[in-house]
Amino acid sequence: MAHRNIIPFGPQHPVLPEPIHFDLVTEDERIIDAIPSISYVHRGLERLIEKRDFLDFVHVADRICGLCSFMHSLGYCQAVEEIMGIEVPERALYLRSIWAELSRVHSHLFWLGVAADAFGFESLFMQALRLREPVLDIFEETTGARVILGVCKIGGVRRDIDDDSLKGIVIRLANLKAALEELGNVFINDYSVRHRLSGVGFISRDDAYALGCVGPMARASGLEIDMRKLGYAAYKYLDVEPAVETAGDCYARCLVRVREIFHSIDLVRQAAGKIPPGPIDVKVTGAPDGEYYSRVEQPRGEVIHYVKGNGAKFLQRFRVRVPTFSNIPAMIKVLKGAEVADVPNIILTLDPCISCTER
Amino acid sequence: MGWFRRSPWVLHYNATSCNGCDIELIASLTPLYDLERFGIMNTGNPKHADILAVTGSVNEKSRQVVQTLYDQMPNPKVVVAVGICATSGCVFQDCYNVLGGVDKVLPVDVYIPGCAARPEAIIDGVLKACDILEEKYAQWKKMRRQ
Repeated sequence: MAHRNIIPFGPQHPVLPEPIHFDLVTEDERIIDAIPSISYVHRGLERLIEKRDFLDFVHVADRICGLCSFMHSLGYCQAVEEIMGIEVPERALYLRSIWAELSRVHSHLFWLGVAADAFGFESLFMQALRLREPVLDIFEETTGARVILGVCKIGGVRRDIDDDSLKGIVIRLANLKAALEELGNVFINDYSVRHRLSGVGFISRDDAYALGCVGPMARASGLEIDMRKLGYAAYKYLDVEPAVETAGDCYARCLVRVREIFHSIDLVRQAAGKIPPGPIDVKVTGAPDGEYYSRVEQPRGEVIHYVKGNGAKFLQRFRVRVPTFSNIPAMIKVLKGAEVADVPNIILTLDPCISCTER
Repeated sequence: MGWFRRSPWVLHYNATSCNGCDIELIASLTPLYDLERFGIMNTGNPKHADILAVTGSVNEKSRQVVQTLYDQMPNPKVVVAVGICATSGCVFQDCYNVLGGVDKVLPVDVYIPGCAARPEAIIDGVLKACDILEEKYAQWKKMRRQ
């Protein structure tokens, strides 16, 4: 009979950019159980809210995660603004949406690259990261930073983008789109990619719902969950259309992300056409008194920021529920019954962001 | 900077980084910045590596991993602290689970500042690490001859 083995996977592993550890219990080549162990990158930054006042804490919120840095500061600022009843100027809302969508493009492109590396397609990895650089150049010109933007603040944004630059960004994104179509084509039509991803890591619509999947993971299984539909920031003025696939396997997740890249580019174009003139921030006085849950759609799914204050400069409680955390139960379910060779693919198509999860 | 006699390989480990420096480190290995033109490659195996690039400060759990990775690397070896978190702790130095920079655990040879460290800075730091590696190699050879 088959012999049982335990294969340790991680925390340091060639396909993982971040440390997460799994004990994979295998029978021959098949996995029968996966036991995750986390906390390799736990810093405890939620308690830092007691040591930094609520205006300074935006910089810490920016650094929860490097890939979705802007979304975290956006969620935190929204929560505080909602408690304090601050009316953010419309131009600032549009600018927030533009930066958020650009973040989504760069995060998805990075993910496509790393996923290609996981199934051994190294030239595709290099191409995806090459095409990511124009987006980072836009960040650098508009905010001064490449990864951690630090432009969101309570009451608005720190920097404005003038109308000529916005036009330039739209033109550059249109040029980028042509190159991305070629890249997307490889992911969608290439025989070896399809062979590697189709039918791997299947999760049904009901399972995805019961296990609480969010983001591209849920959308690839046919659930139409997209927080942008709630209409935070400027999304209420834009036509948001979630990309939904029904196959529920690794290939469908890949497809959802490729389609979202193009949709995000389209949203930036829409926002640049509709952005009104006006101020970009309002003055903030007083301190937050109350609590609020803010929900934001990150590249990986829905993130919740809970903020509670009692009228003092230092808030009482800050809590983040990140998308990877709600996707881990589904990941464990999918890992059971998979082949050992498919493990990197399955883990990476969930797009795990460990530093968000452990904070 | 002269030509290197060897082609040093980099092992990257994320101690408690926020991903910012990790993606910049990966960006510096990919076509636009291309560290590979110096013969420097990313590897996942500590036994093949000459340079250990650590991002983020260390915590109680990751210090063991960092120490194990360092012990597994063959001599001579160089440690590069990428980013301000790996240098001093950055905004997280007051957190309860952050011990501080990587130098609390390992002897660090090169510090690369920045939040997140820019690819240009990373390339500069890794090339400095290569020079230190050459020096260490020469010393090590001399010591073996005695």
